[in-house]
Amino acid sequence: MRIYFDHNATTPVHPDVAEVMVRVLREHYGNASSVHRLGQEAKAVLDEARTSVATLIGAEPSELVFTSGGTEADNLAIRGVAEALEPTGRRHLIATAIEHEAVLVTLKALARRGWRTTLLPVGLTGIVEPGALEDALTDDTAVVSVMHANNELGTVQPVAELARLAHARGALFHTDAVQSIGKLRVDARELGVDLLALSAHKFNGPKGAGALWIRRGTRLTPILTGGKHERTRRAGTENVPAIAGLGAAARLAMAKGAAEGERVAVLRDRLEEGILARVPGTVVNGAREPRVPNTTNISFERVEAESLLIALDLEGIAVSTGAACSSGTLEPSHVLRAMGLPTHRAQNSIRFSLGAGNTEEEVDYLLEKLPKAVDKLRSLTARRA
Amino acid sequence: MMRVVVAMSGGVDSSVAAALLAREGHEVIGLSMQLYDHSASQPRGRARSGTCCTIDDLHDARRVATRLGIPHYIMNFERQFDEQDVSNFVQEYAAGRTPIPCVHCNGDLKFATLASRAGALGAPFVATGHYARVEKDAAGLYLLKRGVDPSKDQSYFLFTLTQEQLSHAIFPVGALEKSTVRELARELGLTVSDKPDSHEICFVADGDHASFLEGHGVRAAPGAIHDISGKVLGTHEGVHHFTVGQRKGLGLSSPIRLYVVGIDADRGAVTVGPREALERTELTASRVNWIAGTPPSPGARATAQIRHRHREAAVSILPLDDGRVAARFDEPQHAVAPGQAVVFYDGEVVLGGGWID
Repeated sequence: MRIYFDHNATTPVHPDVAEVMVRVLREHYGNASSVHRLGQEAKAVLDEARTSVATLIGAEPSELVFTSGGTEADNLAIRGVAEALEPTGRRHLIATAIEHEAVLVTLKALARRGWRTTLLPVGLTGIVEPGALEDALTDDTAVVSVMHANNELGTVQPVAELARLAHARGALFHTDAVQSIGKLRVDARELGVDLLALSAHKFNGPKGAGALWIRRGTRLTPILTGGKHERTRRAGTENVPAIAGLGAAARLAMAKGAAEGERVAVLRDRLEEGILARVPGTVVNGAREPRVPNTTNISFERVEAESLLIALDLEGIAVSTGAACSSGTLEPSHVLRAMGLPTHRAQNSIRFSLGAGNTEEEVDYLLEKLPKAVDKLRSLTARRA
Repeated sequence: MMRVVVAMSGGVDSSVAAALLAREGHEVIGLSMQLYDHSASQPRGRARSGTCCTIDDLHDARRVATRLGIPHYIMNFERQFDEQDVSNFVQEYAAGRTPIPCVHCNGDLKFATLASRAGALGAPFVATGHYARVEKDAAGLYLLKRGVDPSKDQSYFLFTLTQEQLSHAIFPVGALEKSTVRELARELGLTVSDKPDSHEICFVADGDHASFLEGHGVRAAPGAIHDISGKVLGTHEGVHHFTVGQRKGLGLSSPIRLYVVGIDADRGAVTVGPREALERTELTASRVNWIAGTPPSPGARATAQIRHRHREAAVSILPLDDGRVAARFDEPQHAVAPGQAVVFYDGEVVLGGGWID
């Protein structure tokens, strides 16, 4: 039995996506910059993908820059705007304390080079207060970066309102929508943002492909320099097969529409309610609304999350504790700590994130195995105490 | 067949321990403890020697587990390790004593916290790559014995284990010679087969104790170096630069070889003297653990080691109150260092041990 409840880490590639990618790998191997027919075919593949992604987020195809993924898209947005606005004297950057490392560490890097940075706090809801942004904004704020949905909690941030506040002070607004694309309907213009990052592998596309949407007219300095690819905003031969996969995943997300989100929400709620009812000493971290439909983050009192993760993995169930980092180690989540949760509760928390392949039977299997695993872990802690 | 957790450090011994148990058909789960983060202080590409449990070692453990086809997880024990082992190490050094963090790591982490995590995962046993053996005698008592390879025996570092802890412990390489272990690793195609043995304190980068201690809040308080008669011979940068028995790095010129014979942390004084001044025939130790659960009878004859690389010496044991013990050696022993452990043996069997006062 292999059950995958870790879709916020990554998702399985949809078979249709894989098929498109294999076709491109085998047949359309040209360099999209080449003049000959093979090059034109590759260019056509990019065009199709660009249109599909644009349609998904209500944008113009020419506003999209393909990247290697969400991290690069976030870097391009923040570094690109910060550098472009440097001559104007806008040297202040704002983000929330619960952003992905792609944003947080980029801000730290810029802080070392002289930019001022402010991290907005969040309370126990895991949702940033617009008032906090109002207080932080100054006349020299260059860009505000707030994620659309948080990867660990699933909480949805009031991006549209925050973007209005930023614009009122002349600042640009970037949203990392990596965790909301494919889970919620996302319309870049309705959100009113200037930049939006997305990543293919979070919605059944391949790893190694993502995009940054840049509202027409937004000034941005490239971070990768070289050839005139992507309208000189991102140099480097395009990863055509992966981008084709991104386009295919975008079309699938469009086709599924809201129905898939509703289906997954029913499963997530069954899982969440089931755990709260069957396992004493459990609590959901962060606000339960507004939230993406697939995510729940639960603390298990007196249970080390890493042990519970391993116990579930040995039963064939894949979940996660907070953010997985590159070395594969398990560290207390910065998101839960930023919410003000004590370290022990952060270390007691497990994230369940559902997706396309999950079924009611899988949720019920988890609900059968999990209480036993928790009991076992607790009885051992009790004996030692 | 049983479920066993193997504490995998990324070294050849625990890798082979895991391989042997897997080969016997047990359901082996590899757990590696992340104890500290050396990534910042470890320049990439430099040859490693004598390390364990660094990030690179954890990756080695993961690769071995993949090769063996067993699940492998890294557990983060940084906080507990820092609060227990590192802070104890720092305090002991600052007090002029010579600590052995490995003993705490075995008793408080591997065979305590890790063992309880293993139990919660349905694994009643924890295996490690120690060169030691555990056996059950006719009366049902667990015996801790030396490893078969005398040059690798690590039973000294395990003297705090209780009957309860020993009942969960497996040492798969304890019955093997080191050369056999390396040979097995090569046969199994494990990439770690030629990895050097670890010798230094694992969390002190480059073996630079003084810098490590200063980085952990030990103040560099200069003081005097004097001889046994009280005559000042020189000055020093802080008592944490010294351990009892030390000969190198004293910065003194003298017609005879001088050794550190005493450290008074309160006065910041270091006493040096000739080799003979380091000799003792008696010592006392505290927080004694007797493996069998009860102390031997007063005057019991045994052998004792006063450090890991010490050749065992004949001794009479006098158990005292409050978990203490006195030991009287037949022959004077060199460099009895406070903070190190005295471990008593009856032949191959570890009777117990304690911390030298």
